[in-house]
Amino acid sequence: MTISMLYFAWVRERIGTGEEQVDPPEAVRNIADLIDWLSRQSDGHAAAFAEPAKLRAAIDQSFVPLDALLGNAREVAIFPPVTGG
Amino acid sequence: MIRVSVDPAPIELGVEVAALEERGAGGVATFTGVVRTDDGVEALELEHYPGMTEAALCALAEAAIDRWNLRGVTIVHRVGKMVAGERIVFVGTAAAHRREALEACAYLIDRLKTDAPFWKREWLAGGRRWVEPRATDAEAAAGWA
Repeated sequence: MTISMLYFAWVRERIGTGEEQVDPPEAVRNIADLIDWLSRQSDGHAAAFAEPAKLRAAIDQSFVPLDALLGNAREVAIFPPVTGG
Repeated sequence: MIRVSVDPAPIELGVEVAALEERGAGGVATFTGVVRTDDGVEALELEHYPGMTEAALCALAEAAIDRWNLRGVTIVHRVGKMVAGERIVFVGTAAAHRREALEACAYLIDRLKTDAPFWKREWLAGGRRWVEPRATDAEAAAGWA
């Protein structure tokens, strides 16, 4: 299952790109699994995802908790807590 | 009656307020956020999630309309880089009576801070830093649940 990943703010900077296509193995069931798997892909991913408590996520443009199942997700975004307004 | 805009262009306050007044309601309440000049901040940069941002702001406007009797809701958020004193965000509501307009306006700006995908970065003389979220903002948003 190919997923379009999007990264924002310091997560984007540490990874070195704002978007990429990934194809995680079937054992990756939820966002936390995906973060864990991505952390092993590069030093940049490892640096961005070193503190999962500081990460937030969205599946197909809706906010979800990190234990949310990926299901048939097409687009997953990982980013720091939002600071607009 | 809902106007949502996410744009790098400066926010035209007079135009936004006039459009709300034209809704024919008895009252218009507005909130304007401005780049503060504290702590040596020279400029502010706003990053967002295109597509999701507009949808999140529309969902907030619809939630306000479900809760209060409103004739109009406007949410305009600037993105990109802006200098101290420039407007970042404008929230306006039009309603028959002041309490509805004022409460809905407060609700929208409180919820916008936690429910819309924006990230602020401060530009200082010595470099740049991403803004950390404030616990008080989360509490203010949760207070409307």
